[in-house]
Amino acid sequence: MGLSWSAINAGDALPELKKKPGVTQLVKYSAGSGDFNPLHHDFQFPQSKQLGSIIVHGRFKYAALGELVSNWLGHAGRIAKISCQYRGMDFPDREFVCRGTVTRKWEENGEKRVALEVWTESDDGKKTTPGEAVVVLRS
Amino acid sequence: MAESIEITDEMKSQIGRQSPPWDFEVTTTSVRMFARGVGYTDPVYFDIEAAKKAGYRNLPAPPTYLGTAVFLPGRCSDTFSGPTEGIPSVNHGLKGLLDGGTETEYLETICAGDTLTVVNRLENLDVRESKALGKMLITTQKTTFTNQDGTVVAVQTGQAIYY
Repeated sequence: MGLSWSAINAGDALPELKKKPGVTQLVKYSAGSGDFNPLHHDFQFPQSKQLGSIIVHGRFKYAALGELVSNWLGHAGRIAKISCQYRGMDFPDREFVCRGTVTRKWEENGEKRVALEVWTESDDGKKTTPGEAVVVLRS
Repeated sequence: MAESIEITDEMKSQIGRQSPPWDFEVTTTSVRMFARGVGYTDPVYFDIEAAKKAGYRNLPAPPTYLGTAVFLPGRCSDTFSGPTEGIPSVNHGLKGLLDGGTETEYLETICAGDTLTVVNRLENLDVRESKALGKMLITTQKTTFTNQDGTVVAVQTGQAIYY
């Protein structure tokens, strides 16, 4: 039932996750996360004016990478580690795609572990949010 | 662009400083709000029956969600919602701020009903240079999340970039 460690191989691609957050979605994320930096909802905020737009929270993209891994894992184990770096900005109503590949699988202290490379890709092809994850499978 | 950034002894003295503990709550409503904010459709993050069927004791915290800081007016940031009292602070005078990166290590599963005691510690200060931003001050913070049973459930390390 569900994902099993034995069926996973290095090089496997995770099913991609497309995101296209509009302003309303970003407002929901602000409320859910408690991050009310006006740069993510107020077009009149000086930093938004300077950039010409509000921008997607880096942490929204981090959470979206979490969703990518969670959807793939399907609760057949747990996420032990997830990280990312914020290398570029993304803007509302523009699609970005979350992608991931399996880089390694191994056993450690009796745990069945899998390492992943994950990233977001903007509609201009830029990998704005590269990261890594480690999951532990139950079986 | 900053021509040069000096890490003064006063700034260095903040390294290793810890914030006083503050409670973060993980509730069914806060888990649903975060999951809606990200755009999840997985019922495990919304429906307690679905969560129990998947083997959890209550709605699990979605990846990267580590609870919501108990908000007390005047003692928390109106913008970022977290506590402001006694937080290690570096007096650098730089105006630009960007999030550099985040790493979360999970030691246990976090579910609705948990109360996490959170302590934030300044780990390191570093100066780097980029073509776009010039000299940058990079601060590294480590945040430890301990649950109601005294178990450390997560450790988050983050970098902030000041320029």
